[in-house]
Amino acid sequence: MPVTTFLLVLLLLSFAGFQLGRTTAVSSAGGRLSRLHSVPSYYGLYVAMWVGLPALILFALWTGLEGIVVNNMVRASLPASITSLSAQEINLIMVDIHNLAYGNITSRVPEPALTAAADYYNHLRGIGNGALAVVMLALACAGLFFAKGRIHPKLRARNQVEQVVNVILILCSLVAILTTVGIVLSLLFEAIRFFTKVPPAEFLLGLHWSPQTAIRADQVASDGAFGAVPLFTGTLLIAAIAMAVAVPLGLMSAIYMSEYAPSKVRGTVKPILEILAGIPTVVYGFFAALTMAPFVRDVGQSLGFGVSSESALAAGVVMGIMIIPFVSSLSDDIINAVPQSLRDGSYGLGATKSETIRNVVLPAALPGIVGAVLLAVSRAIGETMIVVMAAGLAANLTGNPLDAVSTVTVQIATLLVGDQEFDSAKTLSAFGLGLVLFTVTLTLNIIALRVVRKYREKYD
Amino acid sequence: MTAHTQTMAGIAVRPQAGTLTGTVPKMDARGVKVYYGAKQALKGIDLEIPERQVTALIGPSGCGKSTFLRCLNRMNDTIDIARIEGLITLDGQDIYDREIDPVQLRARVGMVFQKPNPFPKSIYDNISYGPRIHGLASRREEMDEIVTKSLQRAGLWNEVKDRLKEPGTGLSGGQQQRLCIARAIAVSPEVILMDEPCSALDPIATAHIEELIDELRENYTIVIVTHNMQQAARVSQRTAFFHLGEMVEVGDTEEIFTTPRDERTQGYITGRYG
Ligand SMILES: Nc1ncnc2c1ncn2[C@@H]1O[C@H](COP(=O)(O)OP(=O)(O)O)[C@@H](O)[C@H]1O
Ligand SMILES: [Mg+2]
Repeated sequence: MPVTTFLLVLLLLSFAGFQLGRTTAVSSAGGRLSRLHSVPSYYGLYVAMWVGLPALILFALWTGLEGIVVNNMVRASLPASITSLSAQEINLIMVDIHNLAYGNITSRVPEPALTAAADYYNHLRGIGNGALAVVMLALACAGLFFAKGRIHPKLRARNQVEQVVNVILILCSLVAILTTVGIVLSLLFEAIRFFTKVPPAEFLLGLHWSPQTAIRADQVASDGAFGAVPLFTGTLLIAAIAMAVAVPLGLMSAIYMSEYAPSKVRGTVKPILEILAGIPTVVYGFFAALTMAPFVRDVGQSLGFGVSSESALAAGVVMGIMIIPFVSSLSDDIINAVPQSLRDGSYGLGATKSETIRNVVLPAALPGIVGAVLLAVSRAIGETMIVVMAAGLAANLTGNPLDAVSTVTVQIATLLVGDQEFDSAKTLSAFGLGLVLFTVTLTLNIIALRVVRKYREKYD
Repeated sequence: MTAHTQTMAGIAVRPQAGTLTGTVPKMDARGVKVYYGAKQALKGIDLEIPERQVTALIGPSGCGKSTFLRCLNRMNDTIDIARIEGLITLDGQDIYDREIDPVQLRARVGMVFQKPNPFPKSIYDNISYGPRIHGLASRREEMDEIVTKSLQRAGLWNEVKDRLKEPGTGLSGGQQQRLCIARAIAVSPEVILMDEPCSALDPIATAHIEELIDELRENYTIVIVTHNMQQAARVSQRTAFFHLGEMVEVGDTEEIFTTPRDERTQGYITGRYG
């Protein structure tokens, strides 16, 4: 029986259990609903849960363990000629057996021993599935009868159902948290492996980045250089250009929208800005590479500057444009949170609108705006696609916005694109970079959120 | 715009609405109507504000006291949907005239709000804010003097003279409200409007402010909105009773509280509704 059938049957049974539980509860109360502790549908849910959950848990356990159990049994059944091989070869053979069993193409002409093993494998899985079906059905029925027997007007069905729901919710959030922890740990482990090959001091302070390591000993450029400083400066340079674009524009538009715009304008402009926020960054990347970079180059050349076709300026400007809606909508919220009474107080003293904004509203909103800008910086540092497409790969150590630079994110992306061997310093350096990036953006985010929260508290 | 008097059926035209005997009123409202969108909040108010006296506006919530007060310094201009009809003069000049800049008007007609709203700046900067934007002091010493004088007049000087650099928001509620009064005084207004200035304060702070209002009367014309009958009786010389967007009755405070002419006034001050 395929998996979906199992689950469908289980669902039907649970539904039946729900109906049964409800009617049983109603009749146990003699039709007087007020005698029941909970609303009838909670009794239904109570029964449905007893029907569905144990069987479902069993199913989950079985799908998790089936592979290991069956594999071990198949392995044990293999002839001695095979079991005497090295562990690695046995693994390869097991892969072949799997492929045979699932009817896939194998790497060699199947030997009879392997075909037999594959048949055995399928046989075992068949038995396993059959047994699973029977046990699940039995569990579901047992649950049904158990739960039905416990239905009684005094049964606290609602509390029990809610407890189970509570547990399910906790499990779901645990999944999210554990994934995060897992990601951080894997990043950390790989980064540590990298730092055993390249000392952290060299990585963090070295001035030359050229991660090409030789595959064969006779190749040129056999030693990679892993000094990440050019990447850090490149990242900072582009982020600085982006902020130089995004902060003034975003802030001004926020001021316009929250203080000056009539509600009609506000109603149309805000959604447009939000559309800007919804454009995939890869599309901004096109814009940067195909429109902005040539434009910057042409303008630069006509002014007599030597501009490379991929410049930090082009990438930074487009990234700034990308961040504008982020800055403006956060600042807009923050400016709106400045109490009207402060504005009234200022107007009441004969201040004009612009005086009020400059001297009262903005200073009052400043901490929040700083927080918003920090969040924007952390986005700029983490942004990848635009820089991949517009800033280039040349890891130049330069402060000149007209030169090509590379960033941490771009290097991570290029280092890991395509087939990689995961024990070379070249590949592992991506994790070192990732760790730095993660630490920096996390710190920025924490500071920014603190600042914003502090600010919110002040005016609540 | 012509001044006119609206009456409800059976209610006599207010005899007090005419000119005050002898003196020219500092401010004069004639047929003031205010609409918030389609909703009419004031239905034709005629009221004279005599100079260097305290005029109290009383009446149940939502009857338009704040709305009227905000007409007197054109604070309603900052509300998009508000529309004002009628005539209001300050020293005989129409304050809604095209010639008049509301910003300059508000320097002459200051306002103190219900909730103390000091700026998140130092005490000194709170006071110097108004004089600075109006260019009232060219040198540091002049500004210092304005700040000192204003704080003294608001009765706050002794409490804050050693911490002028500390934020105004760190003061107690009553001190904050006196700071706001000092801030209003600092731009040397002629009229000070106060919208329930004590409603957020404890009785002691309230007593402080009431005393202050009584002193300020010497130099300023004051209009105060209050919910507190005793307060109106204590601090004001004239009282106007508002009801459902109309001004029902105005007269000397003593008269209003002892021999109100209108049934509704009587009902309100004896606490039958409100
Ligand atoms: N900004 C506003 N927008 C719309 N309606 C308002 C506004 N301010 C006041 N109102 C309405 O105008 C009426 C008078 O309000 P207000 O002057 O604040 O009364 P009071 O100060 O006497 O309690 C009320 O019905 C109120 O709902
Ligand atoms: Mg009011």
